[in-house]
Formats: sequence, C-alpha cells, structure tokens
Amino acid sequence: MKVKQISIFLENKQGHLLEVVDALAKAKVNIRALSIADTSEFGILRIIVPDPELAKKALKKGGFTFNENDVIAVGVSDTPGGLASALRVLAQGGINVEYLYAFVSKSDEKAVVVLKTDNLNDSIKLLKKAGIGILPPKEVYSL
Amino acid sequence: MIWDERTECMSQRELEDLQLERLKRIVKYAYDNVPFYKKRFKEAKVKPEHIKSLKDIQLLPFTEKADLREGYPFGMFAVPKSDIVEVHTSSGTTGKPVVAGYTRNDIELWSDAMARALTMAGASRDSIIQNCYGYGLFTGGLGVHYGAHKIGATVVPISAGQTKRQVQIMVDFGTTILTSTPSYALYLAESVEEEGLSKKVKLKAGVFGAEMWTEQMRDEIERRFKLHALNIYGLTEIIGPGVAQECTQKSGLHIAEDLFYPEVVSIDTLEPVPDGQKGELVFTTLTREGMPMIRFRTKDITSLTRGKCKCGRTLVKMSRITGRSDDMLKIRGVIVFPSSIERALLAVKGVEPHYQIIVTRPHHLDEIEVQVEVSQKMFSDEVRRLEETRKKIEDSIEAEIGLRVKVTLVEPKSLPRSEGKAKRVIDKRSL
Repeated sequence: MKVKQISIFLENKQGHLLEVVDALAKAKVNIRALSIADTSEFGILRIIVPDPELAKKALKKGGFTFNENDVIAVGVSDTPGGLASALRVLAQGGINVEYLYAFVSKSDEKAVVVLKTDNLNDSIKLLKKAGIGILPPKEVYSL
Repeated sequence: MIWDERTECMSQRELEDLQLERLKRIVKYAYDNVPFYKKRFKEAKVKPEHIKSLKDIQLLPFTEKADLREGYPFGMFAVPKSDIVEVHTSSGTTGKPVVAGYTRNDIELWSDAMARALTMAGASRDSIIQNCYGYGLFTGGLGVHYGAHKIGATVVPISAGQTKRQVQIMVDFGTTILTSTPSYALYLAESVEEEGLSKKVKLKAGVFGAEMWTEQMRDEIERRFKLHALNIYGLTEIIGPGVAQECTQKSGLHIAEDLFYPEVVSIDTLEPVPDGQKGELVFTTLTREGMPMIRFRTKDITSLTRGKCKCGRTLVKMSRITGRSDDMLKIRGVIVFPSSIERALLAVKGVEPHYQIIVTRPHHLDEIEVQVEVSQKMFSDEVRRLEETRKKIEDSIEAEIGLRVKVTLVEPKSLPRSEGKAKRVIDKRSL
C-alpha cells in the first residue's frame, strides 16, 4: 500500500528547481504531486511520478542527489474535517507525522494526502481499521 | 619486492657512514660551484671542512624557496649549462617559478629513486602503469615515467584529464597501477562507478601524491577501487617525486635517505626535534650534481620514525604530511590546517571528501564556511535529518580544530573537480 516518492536535494540558488524539473520534462516524466520543503540554505523537492525508475534514471544522468522512499497516500473527503479525521487516528495511535502534503484529485470528490510518518506500517494498520481509505500505488500514479 | 635491497635494507651504521661521506662531498661541491652557497656559508662563518659528523649539518645555513626564486632562472646550478640535460619548474603560485636543472646522472638517480618507489607499490616488469600525473614542466609525469622505464613496466603516459578516456583505457588495458593525485583518483573512481565498470577494473595499487590527503581519503579510495592506496612524496627543489614512498604497511613513507638527507626542525626555533615529534621537513641532496640543495626548508610538516619496517626496509619513515607551515590558516589567532578540517569531515558517516573552505572576515572577525557536497548516502527526504548531518559535521570540525564553523550543504559536483592539485581553500580576507 506504500507509494514511492522521490526526494531531490536543492541548493538555494537561482534556477536550480528549474534544472531539476527540466531534466524530468526532457525524460517525459509527468509529475503527479509535488512539495518543496525549504530552509534558509537548501530545499528538498519531493515528487510522486507514474514511473519512478524513469525519473531516477533522468535524475542520475543530471547528476542530482536524490533518494527514493515510501510514503502513504490517504483519500479523505474533500470537506471540512476530512484531514482532521485521518490525523486524529494517527495521533491517538502515538504516531508522529514527519511531513505531509495534499492535492485534490481530478476524478472524484476526494482530497489525496501524502503522508510520511515515523512508522508507516502501523499507520497503515490504524488508518485501515478506522475505515480511512488508503490509495494503492497504481491509483496514485495515475491520478 | 625491493628494488635495491642492499641500499634499502642497509644497517644504520653502514647508512650513516655512507651519508656522512656523501654529505662532506656535496657540501664542498656546493661551496665550490654555487656562488650562492659560498656567500651564505661565509656569512654563517662555516666552511665545508667543519662537517665532521652528520650532526655538523646543523652548522649550515638553511636554503629557502625565496633563495631559489632570487636565483631565477639558473642561479642555483652547479654545472655549466651544457651539462644540464633537462629542466623542470615547480608550480609557482606566487611570483616566479623555481627552476630545477638535471644532469644525466641526476636523471639516473631520479629514475632509481622512482624505481624504488614504484616497486614499493608492487610494480614489476608485468605492471601496466597508468600515469595521470601531468607531463611537462611539472615533475610528476616524467618522474613516474622514468621510474617505470627503469623497472621495465609498461607506462601509459596519459596525463590528467579526459576522464572518460582514462576509464576506458583503465578497463581495456587492464591497468594495474594508477599514479595520480588522490583527489583525481576519487574522481576517476566516481566515473568508473557511474559507468558501471567497477568490476572490470584490475588495479592493485595507486601511487598518490602531489597534494595533501588523509587516512579517511585513503579508506575511501581503497573501498571504491579495491587497491592499496599509497602515499608518495617529493618536490621539484629536491628532485621530484620519489623522495619518499609508502610501502604496503601504510605506516609512513620510506625516505630515500641515502640520496636525500632528512631533518625535522621546530617551526619556531628551527632547531632539530627528536624522532617522533612533528616539525618542518628539511632536505639536503646527497648526490645531486645539477642543483645541489643544502638544508632546503620544505615547509611540509611531518615527523620521522626509525627502525626496521615489517617490509624489510630500514630507511627512515616520515609520517603523512599533516600540514604546511606556510599554508596553515590563522583564524581568529588559532592555527588551522585545512587537512584537519578534512579529517573531521570524513569522520562523519556518509560524507565524501568533496569540500571547499571559504575564509571571510565580514565584521573584523574571521569566519570559516565549509561547503560540503551532499552525497547520496547522507541525503534524506527529511529536513530534520539533513540538518542533523549538517550539525554533526559542524560538531566534528569544532572537536578537531576548536572553532565553530558554518557548514553549508551544496549540490554534488557544484564544487570544482581538480585534475591536478585540489583547491581546497578560498581566502577572501583582505589582510
């Protein structure tokens, strides 16, 4: 149920984000979801793409520093309190959220929340038990 | 294998007798043939006949790089120009370069010293030596070349640069010995990995020198290339590479002390320090004809260890160069050697030796910024983890040099890769 996310190191310099996105575009990698974490000196670009291997190849060729890791994607109702319901389950289960980002899917009424927690396996169990829908990778990649 | 067992495994007494005999001769020879030495000796009120024991070398004045510059171009030569068959210059970062002249016998003695060095690294007639040191006025390229010829090994005179071709040749020719700067070796290792050719490399040993490096860098090169990464030392003023070379014990570099007489002196008093203690390395060439050097101050910081080595050699060992008395940085009054920063950096897991030290003085106070490339291994998708690594590096440097520095993480390959000597320090202070 885990989704592959690719994270890329970004130096805080003019044009560096463009360079990464350009390298991906040239390799015909479509970005499904992205977020940027930034500090005063550097940033981390996190993306979800349909074909992670293709993206990794392009990034390697471009000489970027990156890694691949697992995240989970949760579908919550696109209404007030939707996100809160998912987070409450995790908080009550004693799980810390490292970061999250959200986007609204084109196809239905759901918002998709990408989550990284300090324990992904337990998070999946807890969310499932609470009846909160976890999106399988296939579905996320084709959003 | 030992190239010249009789000399390299000599007893201490035999060696000292030989050194004294040669010292007496070279001091007289320098005095008689180089006006500079005659003048200096007179000023110091010393004559060649005052040399009665090896210790008497301390009566003689030092020679410095500035003296050699003053004599530019041929002022230090002891023979007529017609006897000089080759010249080299040392990399002059400031002002005029230093010119070194070699007679035919000097080339022979250099070849011999280099044959000893390469043999120490395991070279034989069957070796294929890929020589990435620059050919030309720099002594690195031709020094290795002459030594390889002397042994009868196959030398590939490729020089530095054209990394793709280097990798291809390394694989296709089955290079067994690599001679280059350690930073270029790492760069080559990266390229080999990138092309997925690591398994096809047949390297057994690397003879690395011409810039300062550390034990951690050795580990890194050995891990990536699966070879013995050995240290070579030399300088144009004395002959070029081959003055000293590490054996596979990796516990110091054997100095060819029957040819180049070493002393280690205190940086402050210039008095000799006991074996094992650090100080500036000073050399006297014992047999060189073209340009004899008497007590030349190398500015390199090292210490000496005597005694028979496990490899069988008895020649004195010098420790890896840990700094230079002239390129040490003074930061807020504290002496900092760039090599200490490198050591601290590499002590942090996952950090690769790609860094640059930038010294500034923004508000009348020195600041050091160390830019470190983020390697795949140290990268994380979490800001917190990256910040932790950054802080770990800062802590490690502080523990090593006693100063808090600012560490900045930069993208890989954003720092210049050098093919010759790596430029590690950028001093932006206007002093």
